[in-house]
Amino acid sequence: MKKLPSTLPNMLCVLTLISVIAAGALAYVNKITEGPIEENKARTLAEGINSVLGVSDAKVQETSEVEDTNGNPVIIYSTDKGVAVQAIDPNGFGGTLKVLVGFADDGTIKGYTVLEHAETPGLGAKAGFWFQKGEKGDIIGKNPGEKELAVSKDGGDVDAITASTITSRAFLRAVNVAFHAYAGASATDGQTGASPQQPKN
Amino acid sequence: MKYLKILLNGIIKENPTFVLLLGMCPTLGTTSSAINGMSMGLATMAVLIFSNLIIACIKNLIPDQVRIPSYIVVIASLVTALQMFMQAYTPEMYKTLGLFIPLIVVNCIILGRAEAFAAKNGPVESIFDGLGIGLGFTIALTLLGAIRELLGTGKLFNTTLYSENYGMLVFVLAPGAFIALGYLIAIVKKTLKI
Amino acid sequence: MITMAYLLIFFSAIFVNNIVFSQFLGICPFLGVSKKVDTALGMSAAVAFVLTIATIVTYLIQGLLESYHLEYLQTIAFILVIAALVQMVEIVLKKVSPALYQALGVFLPLITTNCCILGVAILVAQGTYNSQGLEPNLLSGVVYAVSTALGFGLALTIFAAIREQLAMMDVPKGMQGMPIALVTAGLLAMAFMGFGGVDNGLAKVFGL
Repeated sequence: MKKLPSTLPNMLCVLTLISVIAAGALAYVNKITEGPIEENKARTLAEGINSVLGVSDAKVQETSEVEDTNGNPVIIYSTDKGVAVQAIDPNGFGGTLKVLVGFADDGTIKGYTVLEHAETPGLGAKAGFWFQKGEKGDIIGKNPGEKELAVSKDGGDVDAITASTITSRAFLRAVNVAFHAYAGASATDGQTGASPQQPKN
Repeated sequence: MKYLKILLNGIIKENPTFVLLLGMCPTLGTTSSAINGMSMGLATMAVLIFSNLIIACIKNLIPDQVRIPSYIVVIASLVTALQMFMQAYTPEMYKTLGLFIPLIVVNCIILGRAEAFAAKNGPVESIFDGLGIGLGFTIALTLLGAIRELLGTGKLFNTTLYSENYGMLVFVLAPGAFIALGYLIAIVKKTLKI
Repeated sequence: MITMAYLLIFFSAIFVNNIVFSQFLGICPFLGVSKKVDTALGMSAAVAFVLTIATIVTYLIQGLLESYHLEYLQTIAFILVIAALVQMVEIVLKKVSPALYQALGVFLPLITTNCCILGVAILVAQGTYNSQGLEPNLLSGVVYAVSTALGFGLALTIFAAIREQLAMMDVPKGMQGMPIALVTAGLLAMAFMGFGGVDNGLAKVFGL
């Protein structure tokens, strides 16, 4: 077959045709992947909530979104097995740090997971396990309502990640924000638990 | 025999990373571990094979003056489709590679192969060229990722080989990427005499 | 207060999160056109020019795509817009300012495949760049784009100056060319790492 010559009608037709086919194909791919993408998001969230609450079948009953004192969004997931709160701190070493924290009814921390971070790989990125049960900076079972979480350098009782104080501070700030949102929400619901407190930074 | 030659040409003689020095952004940006480098290589290879195939099939329908825009539309559609499939079926990988997936569009390897090979050869040869160049790219990225992961964290494909405390963290960070690639290219050039 | 936040975006995009040394975008021109300081300066100017316009145009297009729920056409629309834009800039420049065209002309076609343009356009359109607590909008996006372009220019020019010196050095045979250039870039990246965390300190000084 001979190559089509570069005349104006030829060029217009070909470009339009290619664009239309491309857009159509993409619309089709978009349609078939939309479902799995939504499922993925829901499943990731459910797995996160289960892991921070230490259960395997928590069902989200209510989701509410509030703002902390700096205007950052905090999302509270109330489930039949406890409450999980997603909070962020914008001042990590490399940017925003997003955590999901699970609380027991008395306000103690049941578990946490780092959802998003931009910390240095190998240093600040250790936050994912450093503060877990049995690790050096263990915060599980602590109650931020009794004493705000802070690194030992700032007078608190949590060991900061070696060489990553900024990340550790940002992480603990986010956990504190999560706790205050949780305390505020459970107070208005009239449930037992920690006393309401104004979030502070 | 002819196809094997095209394949080997892509892996060794025209290796995109070590010889042609193309596609440096993903090469440096996604190789913080062997597995990340390998997935980026495979993602690029998938786009490359399909773009070579499609362009080799439609090359005669495209007037010369609009060939670059047409190629770009084909490549961009393939990349977007790949992006959606990865988001749906390998969400973890999608999150790790992040911005570098849409940026496959501007990877010079893909447009370069479309111009230099697919526009002049038949569909079957073009598939093998895509496979060869793609494999060459994947091997290079996996190798670089493995070196950075091993020197930086003491691990290889997430298996600990020695304690992380002895790792040279700088190799996981940005400067290590440049330095490791520099030495790797020098070593490969020396061993292959190219 | 707000001016300070813009200043912080500016500073952090140039030094702390330098597009070349910490984000790994725009490496191809960084390695490709850095043999002479003159060409490096020309390339930087062309990138700054196109990046600013491209960011504005793609930001507006993103709004259009979102209002029709066609987000999945983002990549394809952006790259076509950038390619068309580069062509247009070339034509306009040729007519309006032949002197500027003489200086930038050769670099313009190379810019279409410069991934820092598409990368920054996507970051701004999605609002995922570091906006230092400001609402990600057109203004902060443009400030970010301009600062990024300046950061790219700075990296490219320093690197070109070093390579000019390097060309006169006696480099071992195996390391000549790209390997030694990459190692040099690595050392430069290490120097830029020294700015890490400075943005947090500045944010405190500015009272943000």
